[in-house]
Amino acid sequence: MAALARLLGARRDGPGRPLHWTDIASYAYLAFGVVLMFGPVLWLVFSSFKTQSALLEFPPSLMPMAQVEVTVAGQPNPLPLFRATLPDGSVKELAQIRRVGLVAQMVDPAEPDKTYRVAIDKREPVRKVALATENYTEPLRQFAFLRFLSNSLFVTVVATAITLLINSMAAYGLAVYEFRGKTAATLAVIGTLMIPITIVLVPVYLVVTELGLVNSLWAVILPGAATPTGVFLLRQYMLTLPRDLIEAARMDKASEWQIYWRIVMPLTLPALAVLAIFSIMWRWNEFLWPLAVLTKTEVYTLQIGLAAFQGELQTQWHYLLAMTVVTLAPVALVFVFLQRFITTGIGSTGMK
Amino acid sequence: MSDGSSRPPGRPSAGTARVPASARWRDRAAGLAGLPVALALRLLDPLMAAVQRLIGAGRMPYVFLFPNFVFFGLFVFLPIGINLVFSVTGGPALFPSERPFVGAEQYAYLFDCGSYLDPSSCREDHFWRGVSNTAVFVLFQVGTMVLVSLLTALVLNRPIRGRGFFRAVYFFPVLLSPVVVALIWKWILQRDGLLNAAITSLGGQKILFFVDPSWAMFWAVFVSVWAHMGFYTLILLAGLQAIPSDLYEAAEMDRTPRWRILWRITLPLLWPNMIVVIVLSLIKGVQTFDEVFVLTGGGPGTATLMVVQYIYETAFANQVQNFGLAAAASVVLGLVLFALTLAQLAATRMKER
Repeated sequence: MAALARLLGARRDGPGRPLHWTDIASYAYLAFGVVLMFGPVLWLVFSSFKTQSALLEFPPSLMPMAQVEVTVAGQPNPLPLFRATLPDGSVKELAQIRRVGLVAQMVDPAEPDKTYRVAIDKREPVRKVALATENYTEPLRQFAFLRFLSNSLFVTVVATAITLLINSMAAYGLAVYEFRGKTAATLAVIGTLMIPITIVLVPVYLVVTELGLVNSLWAVILPGAATPTGVFLLRQYMLTLPRDLIEAARMDKASEWQIYWRIVMPLTLPALAVLAIFSIMWRWNEFLWPLAVLTKTEVYTLQIGLAAFQGELQTQWHYLLAMTVVTLAPVALVFVFLQRFITTGIGSTGMK
Repeated sequence: MSDGSSRPPGRPSAGTARVPASARWRDRAAGLAGLPVALALRLLDPLMAAVQRLIGAGRMPYVFLFPNFVFFGLFVFLPIGINLVFSVTGGPALFPSERPFVGAEQYAYLFDCGSYLDPSSCREDHFWRGVSNTAVFVLFQVGTMVLVSLLTALVLNRPIRGRGFFRAVYFFPVLLSPVVVALIWKWILQRDGLLNAAITSLGGQKILFFVDPSWAMFWAVFVSVWAHMGFYTLILLAGLQAIPSDLYEAAEMDRTPRWRILWRITLPLLWPNMIVVIVLSLIKGVQTFDEVFVLTGGGPGTATLMVVQYIYETAFANQVQNFGLAAAASVVLGLVLFALTLAQLAATRMKER
């Protein structure tokens, strides 16, 4: 206890400070936070490896458990293993052949000839940790989840590439040049910040219909491709680049397009990376707009597929949980590798 | 964007020569996503050179702005206009030319109420249920959000061990998709779920959380705060770290009590950031849809039906698609958001001052 207090009390800004009660309260709060924030996600992951019958258990067990089955000579099928208390008081591991009313007919796997009759309340299932990986493989085979997954990947990659291209072009135009209508263009970009898809749902649907894109993945990709946040982020970054570089390139007779992609773009890479990560997150997680515009199962993204799946097959939690983990996994991976980068990025730009 | 701003005070940087792992991964990720972009840039080179010869270098900025503004025009500016047209026309047709003009009828229908405080007295009672549910939701959500993220930011701003880890822990749910967040909690809160197991093991009775309207609303707020508090915590943490440390040193010299430092230095200097958090979470809260939709489906009955869900269902999910009414409701929502955004701009200006 004293060691723990010393460990917690050793502050970064100076050793040997006594432990104040607020320090203990802080660590308690943070520990509670870890449980509250990670717990539900871990519970989902553990649950996703349970068999359908294990999921129905109440109270639920933490680890995915399944009853052990053994093959016994002379029996056609593998039999469930129980720990049975025999009339003489001894405890033996027996396999159950069949159950008749309140009595189970059981056999000792070591001596297949000898059968026992045991009352069913005198036996307990032998269980071990078992991962029900079929929760993952089955829905990918049986349902269209592989399709949803590839749809989501396509939308995410293509949309992010388009966003990076057109946003950086617009940002370059606004950051480097003086031209008539520049103020109006900047104001227009600010204006679009205020128009989230939630309030133009119906008319964007009309535009997409006129373009003949309903029930195509392009209907999801195109409307959100030009982001005001992206234009601003890149413009702010490009404004900090030294002007002399651009002037020098002009002297060397580089075309404006070459200046943009050979000189400015490579220097803007850190900001482009931020935008790429955010675009990937936005697209992978997008829900309302795809829900409105995609009505055929073949074009569902993972998020829509997941929501539809939980609506129509309430009881198939074992598949639903596994597919939720699949949907969450890429985001979790990105987070593990880039969390420091993302959190500092948000802290300094204030965008999500 | 620099990593230096996030480094806790009093700890020297670990040397500038070493490239942090996160930066390496960042560059790899950017390279992967940037590959098709780089290819497009190169392929466009001869075309753009020709364009520049044709129109002259002085007009090139318009070429750079063109694609982005085509997208803005098609999917933002044009839709705003069409939305207004939709809201003053009737009938089931999608194309504006086939829709008869009805004037302010959609708005009149939407606002036809015996009493605005009682949704069941309205002709379009679902809309007003949505409005009142959203109001209740936003009130509790924003209040809880501000308190919880303030508390968390204050704790994370203390000189504690493993601060980066804890900050990441609170931030993690922000990146999860709303559908995933809703399903995680739906699984925990279901009748035979983890929470009910805990309640029964403590001797309580199972609670059907999604059958009781108050519980459903409570969990809608809770899950929303759980998912987004990390984002607002980061904003407040950045604000806390921007407070000059000599203020605290001076206060410590004067042996000022801790609560007084909090009340007289920290909170007043953090106030601009608090306003940003309040307004941002208001703007997001008013548009709440996906998490609650997947968690409760708007139920039980209409107990957690939000305005955006009403708009979505009126336009797309109901048997009769009523685009006009949905557009009118969108315009009303848009006006509310516009007012909130003006408040945000004012708040940001206050912060810069």
